[in-house]
Amino acid sequence: MSVRVAVVQFPGTNCELDVATVCDRLGAAPEIVFHRERSLAGADAVILPGGFAHGDYLRAGAIARFSPVMEAVRAAARAGMPVLGICNGFQVLCESGMLPGALMRNAGLRFVCATVPVRVETAADVLTAAAVPGSVLQLPVNHFEGCYTCDDATLTRLRAEGRVVLRYLENPNGSLDDIAGVCNESGNVVGLMPHPERACDALLGSSDGLVLLSGFLTAAGCRPTVATG
Amino acid sequence: MAGGDDGTGVPYLVKVEVTPRAGIRDPEGAAVERALAALGHPDARGVHIGKLITLHLRAPDAAAAERRADELCRTLLANPVIEDYRIEVRAAEGSGP
Repeated sequence: MSVRVAVVQFPGTNCELDVATVCDRLGAAPEIVFHRERSLAGADAVILPGGFAHGDYLRAGAIARFSPVMEAVRAAARAGMPVLGICNGFQVLCESGMLPGALMRNAGLRFVCATVPVRVETAADVLTAAAVPGSVLQLPVNHFEGCYTCDDATLTRLRAEGRVVLRYLENPNGSLDDIAGVCNESGNVVGLMPHPERACDALLGSSDGLVLLSGFLTAAGCRPTVATG
Repeated sequence: MAGGDDGTGVPYLVKVEVTPRAGIRDPEGAAVERALAALGHPDARGVHIGKLITLHLRAPDAAAAERRADELCRTLLANPVIEDYRIEVRAAEGSGP
């Protein structure tokens, strides 16, 4: 049976169809779940796609944290289900406290829209499980609030525990320690600013995102089913 | 929850100033500081850009109003990883909105 992926849609989310299309092409069964839902309806994995959830009012991701669906996402994450936040989804995970740190306005005060080289730093999480640590992926970034920040103690911990998942080789936004993505303690919740779903077809310039998303779906499929909200 | 939507209590006007946390890079403040210097005000330093949030609420007294405002800041209005906040509470004119 194919892996069921809940693709969460907040008001203002705009990458849900891209994510669902790639999941579908990779043989998974994506389902777009509106933010008012309180259940993930038997999903094996959750993806929070990019966009501008709730208009990014107050701070990017700040209000999405209180959407009804987030309680189910939190419960799923606690139960070990793979949860991936891409771009605005990463901001939502940080604001929700499911990932450490915060994403601030880019250091250069420029909206960045480019394909940038990103190095895989670990394979001990659900996103990079199929990638080779040290390998470099060409991934698109497309954001204004992508400057990753955390306090010194958190950074020390992230490094010591190998939780920096991806690093920029050419830091486009001023992120602390070139961080492009991080994971939680158990490696099942991952957030990244680049858009792997936009790099899944050579026709679109890069297919380097495939190793990430296919690895994520494999990790979700290998996991014994757990009943969650 | 320390709610107060039953219409009891005294109306208060709450002002919350949210600013980038000390030591956190503030690219907007830095850009405005450079612009002020270019306008002939090189002594205008320490520029920071923040937000002003105002709201009305009801509470038994000012201390209780301040406690609730602090709770609102911690849960939503400010992100403690990157922002500081300052709360000002005063009795609202009339009964508020």
